[in-house]
Amino acid sequence: MANKNFVVGCFDDEAVLFPAVKKVRMAGYKIHDVYTPYAVHGLDHALGLRETSLHTAGFIYGITGTATALGGIGWILSWDWPLNFGGKPHFALPAWIPITFELTVLFASIGMVLTFCYLCQMAPFVKKHQFHSRATDDAFVMVVEPTPKTNLEDLKAFLSANGATEIEVQEAEAGWWLGTYDKQQKLVRDKGIEVA
Amino acid sequence: MASIKEQFEIPGKMRTWSIALICVGLLALIIGFATKGISTDQHQKDIFWGTLMYNSIYFLLICNGSMFFICATTLAMGGWQVVFRRVPEAISTMVPIFGLIAFVILMYIVFGMGSHTHIYHWLDKDAVTNDEILKGKSGFLNPGFFLLWTVLAIGLWSLLGWRMRKLSSEADDPALANQDAGKSFIWRNTVTASLFIVWFGLTVASTVPWLWLMSIDPHWYSTMYSWYTFASSFVAGISLVALWIIYLKNKGYLAYTTEEHLHDIGKFMFAFSIFWTYLWFSQYMLIWYANMSEETVYFKHRVEGAYKGIFFLNIIINFVCPILILMKRSAKRNYTLMTFMAVLIIFGHWIDFYQMVMGSVRPEDAGLSWLDFGIAFLFVGLMIFFVGKALAKKPLLPVYHPFVKESVIHYT
Repeated sequence: MANKNFVVGCFDDEAVLFPAVKKVRMAGYKIHDVYTPYAVHGLDHALGLRETSLHTAGFIYGITGTATALGGIGWILSWDWPLNFGGKPHFALPAWIPITFELTVLFASIGMVLTFCYLCQMAPFVKKHQFHSRATDDAFVMVVEPTPKTNLEDLKAFLSANGATEIEVQEAEAGWWLGTYDKQQKLVRDKGIEVA
Repeated sequence: MASIKEQFEIPGKMRTWSIALICVGLLALIIGFATKGISTDQHQKDIFWGTLMYNSIYFLLICNGSMFFICATTLAMGGWQVVFRRVPEAISTMVPIFGLIAFVILMYIVFGMGSHTHIYHWLDKDAVTNDEILKGKSGFLNPGFFLLWTVLAIGLWSLLGWRMRKLSSEADDPALANQDAGKSFIWRNTVTASLFIVWFGLTVASTVPWLWLMSIDPHWYSTMYSWYTFASSFVAGISLVALWIIYLKNKGYLAYTTEEHLHDIGKFMFAFSIFWTYLWFSQYMLIWYANMSEETVYFKHRVEGAYKGIFFLNIIINFVCPILILMKRSAKRNYTLMTFMAVLIIFGHWIDFYQMVMGSVRPEDAGLSWLDFGIAFLFVGLMIFFVGKALAKKPLLPVYHPFVKESVIHYT
């Protein structure tokens, strides 16, 4: 995976961030992401992000859980090895509902957590690059992804004109691959080798 | 602000429709009264008064659900509901009116029908003296306590609701724009809302369903019953609020109430449908599992007897439809789909109340007749007529409410 240049702008205020997001997008720059200390209402809309499909995935996981529970219990208790529990019928649907519910929730929640980690490119032992540590404290950090043709100085000036208080250019990995990130960083740091 | 329509004017069409519904309902009431209500056949009499009873209680409780919604959101320091708060407020003005109607019907059943009625078996003094279970419950199930508690319940709902609405009128006064006045306003709202919630908990969420509805089967009891009734009436109540909001939006009012607010109301409809199902299932499953005859007596004719169809239709309308249709975000933001679901939920819980009451009053045969629909039309007509009037009395937006800005910029 290739390392890329990113232009990182820090904003102190939500009220400054919103018009800046709008202007940066209008000017045709590509916003990689905006990192905020808390969930900012309406920012996804301002960034033009599409609605996540995570909930559709969650529904499918949930249905899978329901089917697994009903299919499993049904096969065991009414088909393969019917037992008499307190004179209840072999197809004792009401008694299965709590387990079906639990399995639906379990499948949906674990499936959604894993999908969420995948979509956010998070995994055990993968160290993600942090653009600015104040993003977890009090700053709104906008990361712009320039193209090879972008004039970085122009972009920096543009961000500054729109209220960014701190601007820097950082090199970071654009995508992710298990483990490779750290290795590449190490190569760059220790030997000055540019990984293509 | 001048271009925004804030003052509701009752459209002629709405008035015509409400009066037409009331006329149809009155016709059904009169025919029903003549053929069943004063019939010498106790069975027909029970059907007529039972029908009146479940309709009046259902519509009283769903209108009272509006005031519960206002008080609960007030106590939670919610701001999002302020832009459409006048709508549930207007619906809650029905509580004294429907309360009076329900009171008259209940009092007639308790004091006027004699002890042979099948509606409240515990009225039969001879039966009670020979029945250990009924004797044990006679401190609670007796006409004196019934009268006292019914008066207290309806009276305090009306009184505290009136107080909340009176407080809300202050939000039309520019004097509230002052910060200290605003703080005091929120505090006074909180006090009255908490009183209402406490009384609501002592009535709708516990004693009132035991007294009015569960005592139709005086030997049977379920600890889930009151919560079940509450969930049923609240989800229908919030659907009613949604319907009125969509109606007003269609007429060009409530400019600041957007699909963000509708989305949150949709979440309430979805969540409380699931909550209702949870209670329905908990009540059913425990009784099914224990399989004790004194408990299964309630479900016997509902699950296996004449009420089978209605009983399972109830689950399909009130659980399967909401969970599948309202689950998606886009569905809760879609006015057409929300209208459809609100009507379906209100109808579904009306069916629920039907089987709760009539399933015990006449367990041997079931079927919704012209009388059920006619009486329901009467209550719907009255509701439209008086809620329209109440909406026209105040501006729809409480402009000087301290949370109004928070509500306008609400984003889900």
